[in-house]
Amino acid sequence: MSEVKLMKGNEAIAEAAILAGADAYFGYPITPQSEVIEYLMVERPEDRTGMVVLQAESEIAAINMVYGAAGTGKKVMTSSSSPGVSLKQEGISYIAGSELPCVIVNVVRGGPGLGTIQPSQADYFQSTKGGGHGDYRLLVLAPASVQEMADFVDLSFELAFKYRNPVMILSDGVIGQMMEKVIMPKQKTRLTNEEIIEQYGDWATTGKPKTRERNIITSLELDPYRQEAHNHKLQAKYKKMEENEVRYEMINCNDADYVIVAYGSSARIAQKTMEMARKKGIKVGIFRLITLFPFPMKEINALADKVKGFLAVEMSAGQMIEDVRLAINGKVPAEHYGRYGGVIHSPEEVLEALEQKIIGG
Amino acid sequence: MDVKEIIKPENLVYKKTKLMTDAPLSYCPGCGHGTAHRITMEVVEEMGIWEDTIGVAPVGCSVLAYDFMNIDMTQAAHGRAPAVATGIKRVWPNKYVFTYQGDGDLAAIGGNETIHACNRGENIVIIFVNNGIYGMTGGQMAPTTLPGMKSSTSPYGRDVKTMGFPLKMTELVAQLPGTHYVTRQAVHTPNAVRKAKKAIRKAFEIQKENKGLAFVEIVSNCNSGWKMEPVDANNWMVDNMFPYFPLGDIKVDGELVK
Repeated sequence: MSEVKLMKGNEAIAEAAILAGADAYFGYPITPQSEVIEYLMVERPEDRTGMVVLQAESEIAAINMVYGAAGTGKKVMTSSSSPGVSLKQEGISYIAGSELPCVIVNVVRGGPGLGTIQPSQADYFQSTKGGGHGDYRLLVLAPASVQEMADFVDLSFELAFKYRNPVMILSDGVIGQMMEKVIMPKQKTRLTNEEIIEQYGDWATTGKPKTRERNIITSLELDPYRQEAHNHKLQAKYKKMEENEVRYEMINCNDADYVIVAYGSSARIAQKTMEMARKKGIKVGIFRLITLFPFPMKEINALADKVKGFLAVEMSAGQMIEDVRLAINGKVPAEHYGRYGGVIHSPEEVLEALEQKIIGG
Repeated sequence: MDVKEIIKPENLVYKKTKLMTDAPLSYCPGCGHGTAHRITMEVVEEMGIWEDTIGVAPVGCSVLAYDFMNIDMTQAAHGRAPAVATGIKRVWPNKYVFTYQGDGDLAAIGGNETIHACNRGENIVIIFVNNGIYGMTGGQMAPTTLPGMKSSTSPYGRDVKTMGFPLKMTELVAQLPGTHYVTRQAVHTPNAVRKAKKAIRKAFEIQKENKGLAFVEIVSNCNSGWKMEPVDANNWMVDNMFPYFPLGDIKVDGELVK
């Protein structure tokens, strides 16, 4: 029988990393996610599972420690918040280019620049469209509860190793800071060094035995034709993710006339809006994105045949709306609503926007 | 003499280490990198640790070090090799981990990673090849470019008033309690090569004993970037680089050499 705990989202993600059998966490403090490393330092996972925790000198160093350790076949995680994740982008591009598995958590705060420490969802473009240089994709998961903060860590590691690709958990300051009931997953055993060599010996730099050629972790290929071929391989992998890893939740969409598309804390707020709207007799459903990349293009496109309009609700000036519109492809109206720069929209504001922009529009 | 006569085993005076591949070196003729690569790999072979050694290549002329060194290697982003090595060493503490970096990589863009890896006393070896210039990008000013020295971004000579002074990174990291052994060597003469190899050996032995970070600078030449003949470049290095970057041990057994 699993124990129900009351935890902050950031603490849940830290505990879940230990339970997922992670080998290492490298991080640097930044509000509103510092509880992740603080929790780990208090918890001493080195004693519990042998997991390494290290406070790096910068986000840049932290992501490069992740790169080094991930290249040896270990399960590695880092976390940060928006300005820190910007600093990590070079390393993320290298990790994607070298095809290494790792988990990166972004507890998003308002920007641009140093912005604010208040919650935001304005890093959607950065997370889903690249962020760093070159043609690459992260697999992006968006938790909407503390429970999902916990559950998505193990899922992220599974996906990261399945595709040998960095996976981002795109959270926000609301989910990171709020406390909720959470049931923690069971402790997974960390792989032994022998198991890592056995399972990942074809690519991980664990030291070259006589039995194989040397392994090299690099994203460099100076010959443009070979670099293009490498890019083709990456694109084929991203296509596979699009075919197999789309995750979403549809709430009351069967009879809905209008659908709110949202993720993370905006999806939670939209739930209240939906209840208020239904009390007024407006049939509203919610399409909650769980994966931001891959984006549920087909599913939203199909839904557009059944409803009168969409409202994309996000704490940004309008980023996810671009993908929603691509998915709908002009079939029905789709508008954006959201407060941003650290301000959180209320359910009432969302309902008003729905009535004015979509129903009355 | 007939070739068959020459290749008789009793005539064998030198053999390439098996830890260097047959890939043609991408370095300019006369460059010190090839020698620095070779003695590093010779040490790894002589210690019998190649199955447990993981190298980290930088960005710069030696970015392709992994093409030449026949061991598992990771290519790091510019300047980040000490952080990458930290990540590897922390999750495989029983492996030997080393970085191989140039002056732009280690002392400019990677200054922070270098200082902090040294300060944490990571049990890794850092091999730092200092030729006072950015070789790969075509001879731009490096943090170690000498005062008055011309480069493509200091075409009238390095003016210390506006461009700063050459950074003595090796003396700097020697001040940090995390470094156990800090030395400056060269590879321009057979004698210097022997000494440099001995220093690299000592550095790897320190890692074996988990005593802290071992830092080996190799002052080298860049005849292409300096626009000199190889022999002239070596002579210029002796006359100009060595006075600013004097050879010898700076820190031994965790104690600064007086």
